[in-house]
Amino acid sequence: MAIKKTTKSNLITIAILIIIYIVCQILIATGSMSNLMKGLLVPLCYYSIMAVSLNLTVGILGELSLGHAGFMCIGAFASSFFSKTMVDVIGNTFIRFTLAIIIGALSAALFGMIIGVAVLRLRGDYLAIVTLAFGEIIKNVINVLYIGIDRNGLHFSMQDSMSLNLLEDGEAILNGPRGITGTPKNATFTIAIILLILTYVIITNLVNSRSGRAIMAIRDNRIAAETMGIPITRFKILAFSISAGLAGVAGVLYSHNISTLTATPKNFGYNMSIMILVFVVLGGIGNLRGSIIAAVILTLLPEYLRFMQDYRMLIYAVVLIALMIFNWNPTCIQWRENHSLKNYLPMFFKKEKEGL
Amino acid sequence: MSFLSYLIRGISLGSVYSIIALGYTMVYGIAKMLNFAHGDIIMIGGYVIFTIMSTIGLPPFVAVLVGIVLCTLLGVTIERIAYKPLRSASSLAVLITAIGVSYFLQNFALLIFGADAKSFTSVIKLSPLELAGGKLTISGETLVTIPLCIIIMVFLSVFVKKTKVGRGMIAVSENKEAAILMGVNVNRTIAITFAIGSALAAVASALMFSAYPALSTTSGAMPGIKAFVAAVFGGIGSIPGAMIGGILLGIIEILSRAYISSQLADAIVFLVLILVLLVKPTGILGKKIQEKV
Amino acid sequence: MSMLSVKNLGISFGGLRAVDSVSINIEKGELYGLIGPNGAGKTTIFNLLTGVYKPDTGIIELDGKNITGKSTMDINNEGIARTFQNIRLFKNMSVLDNVKVGLHNQYKYPTFAGILRLPSYFKTEKAMNEKAIEILKVFDLDEEKDIMAANLPYGKQRKLEIARALGTNPKLLLLDEPAAGMNPKETDELMDTIRLIRNKFNVTILLIEHDMKLVSGICEKIFVLNFGTKLANGEPKEVLNNPEVIKAYLGE
Repeated sequence: MAIKKTTKSNLITIAILIIIYIVCQILIATGSMSNLMKGLLVPLCYYSIMAVSLNLTVGILGELSLGHAGFMCIGAFASSFFSKTMVDVIGNTFIRFTLAIIIGALSAALFGMIIGVAVLRLRGDYLAIVTLAFGEIIKNVINVLYIGIDRNGLHFSMQDSMSLNLLEDGEAILNGPRGITGTPKNATFTIAIILLILTYVIITNLVNSRSGRAIMAIRDNRIAAETMGIPITRFKILAFSISAGLAGVAGVLYSHNISTLTATPKNFGYNMSIMILVFVVLGGIGNLRGSIIAAVILTLLPEYLRFMQDYRMLIYAVVLIALMIFNWNPTCIQWRENHSLKNYLPMFFKKEKEGL
Repeated sequence: MSFLSYLIRGISLGSVYSIIALGYTMVYGIAKMLNFAHGDIIMIGGYVIFTIMSTIGLPPFVAVLVGIVLCTLLGVTIERIAYKPLRSASSLAVLITAIGVSYFLQNFALLIFGADAKSFTSVIKLSPLELAGGKLTISGETLVTIPLCIIIMVFLSVFVKKTKVGRGMIAVSENKEAAILMGVNVNRTIAITFAIGSALAAVASALMFSAYPALSTTSGAMPGIKAFVAAVFGGIGSIPGAMIGGILLGIIEILSRAYISSQLADAIVFLVLILVLLVKPTGILGKKIQEKV
Repeated sequence: MSMLSVKNLGISFGGLRAVDSVSINIEKGELYGLIGPNGAGKTTIFNLLTGVYKPDTGIIELDGKNITGKSTMDINNEGIARTFQNIRLFKNMSVLDNVKVGLHNQYKYPTFAGILRLPSYFKTEKAMNEKAIEILKVFDLDEEKDIMAANLPYGKQRKLEIARALGTNPKLLLLDEPAAGMNPKETDELMDTIRLIRNKFNVTILLIEHDMKLVSGICEKIFVLNFGTKLANGEPKEVLNNPEVIKAYLGE
């Protein structure tokens, strides 16, 4: 059987990721990578995972979500909690971290399922605002939550760590606004890139399967999909859960890459969800490779604009607005077509098959 | 007595949300876009009023007036430069552009006014009203905010129903193409809507920062989001809905702050929103949308 | 043996009685036409039959089974498929994938088998592709299988909608104005195709159509609807010569 066009495109993406990984490793080995860049490798991977997984909700299912960071938050805290309590119990880092990833993914997927059920009756912007609200609730609740552990088991409180009433051998793991400190730093670039590739494969395989077609059918025409006997509810919830679960994986990477995990508006607030949405939209709705490229470029851009100091974010904003107008304004679209490279250098472009 | 005083504070905060939500809901109804930059216009309004009052030293009345004029111009300019070219683009593209505008306004303010939070001086010089022998105090800000909110709502309702421009707005929000065919100048109508929305944002900013004086470059964002929640709450596109939604939101927020937990107040507000939408998917006064097959 | 038996069907929207006490009986394998002036309630009947609207009164039986009040999805599983007056294809999906969505409940494997690319995925997908191509061939669409549905010319989009509906392996196929927007030559082809699918897929067909040439050419029975109620019912020849019907169509 010949390799399908989509399969080929997916293999190319994976190959590019592996090549980038190898190049990075060589640069690190020869000492030619800056510390700034080294520190960005894992974040680039988790932002990419966030973008690719959000694209499942926004691009494939066709629902606007503004609460994706909430799922990342859940994955981060659930896995961090697990890793910190199990650090002495499970000695093997590989096993412990693998379990942490699974726990992060499952707990986030569970919340994805809940929010999926909650928004079933909602459409468009109403759904968007509920996802935003959900993300904010998660962040706020974690900030007042105290969880400790001693030989009697888990203790919960919503006031302070004193009211956990821990025994002398106990330890408060989650400390409200002070979050979780001392999560083992297990997230390496290698693991991060493997997880990114896995995420990419999971979503592309899903899209090119029976369930993926059902999800896209719902996106393109809900009523027709229903008439074709597609169970809308089940597939909407499925898409939300998988998308959320993978965001949870990104959260695991996030929390195992820093020493103190706190839920602030900056890392898990709606601003983060919106930033991920920007990656998805600029990378192309439904275009998974584009999501990764946009995530990488837009994460690096502000870092490399640092020399502009205070003007940095201002430039970023202007670039963003200009890009959107350049991409979507009818006059600009016309201009791009008239001045396309294909017109100037036709020999470099295969002639596309004409319409029928 | 303390409950009553919390309730009044809630209504007062809710009135501010209502005024912002009115702007939000009108823009949404007509341009069908989530204007994420709306909250940042409030912030800019706050800085303008603060600068004129505290740095230049002009009277509050002048400051508020200049604030309203500048915000109106700003809103119309933003619409002209950033949103108008995308009139035919997908709503997601417009949403991202609005986010870009929001980043721009915040960082622009950061450059000019710096990162330190400013302490806003109240524009309202009214002395507090003491009732029940001093047991119940109503601040001057509240005394102005609540009636002003009602006046604005009544004025807007009449404006939309009775004037030519207002009816044009309804027409555009119902069906843009049909409105064009009926001779409504859509570009002008949308520009006017943005002008009104931004002017209201400036009014809201004067009232809000008078009651909650911490002014920083991000202090418009949360009220903006909450006003949007209020608009959704009441049924987006509906003027009385924005009013009811805003006031309910303010009451819920202040009461949960007082009786449950100040850190959880926002979470409770959002939770109530989710619950309301679960029961009524288009908000309290929202119209039911039936898809035609 | 009747395939579809509708008794006393009715629905109101607000004060408007859109469909009132309609009873239709369609035999197995029959090609049935539903005609009537604009706004007579034809599409509303389709929406009632497919569960998009729930009827206020009446009973719908498919192949002897009561399906009244069931969901659109369940009704499809019971064996009713339809097309839409305003084409509702999955526009951003390929022609082949559109039909494969139709095959969704005929060929199954679990989601994780798809994600993990288990053998059942490859086996089932292969069978699905073969079946989908087989259906597309009937409509002469197999050459265009990789084209995005939105990029098909109008006439072919209508055909693809029928192909997709057949994918669900229906007992009863509802066609809502299948010839709308087609030129006379295309309409002739369509008439042949409709006869062909009735025989090849062993399906009963109920169609709404304004093109009287098509209706009288292929329908064995006709039901005329006017203001939501029955005006006439029977063989095409007698129905189309019925003075009441002529009056409803041409006015006094």
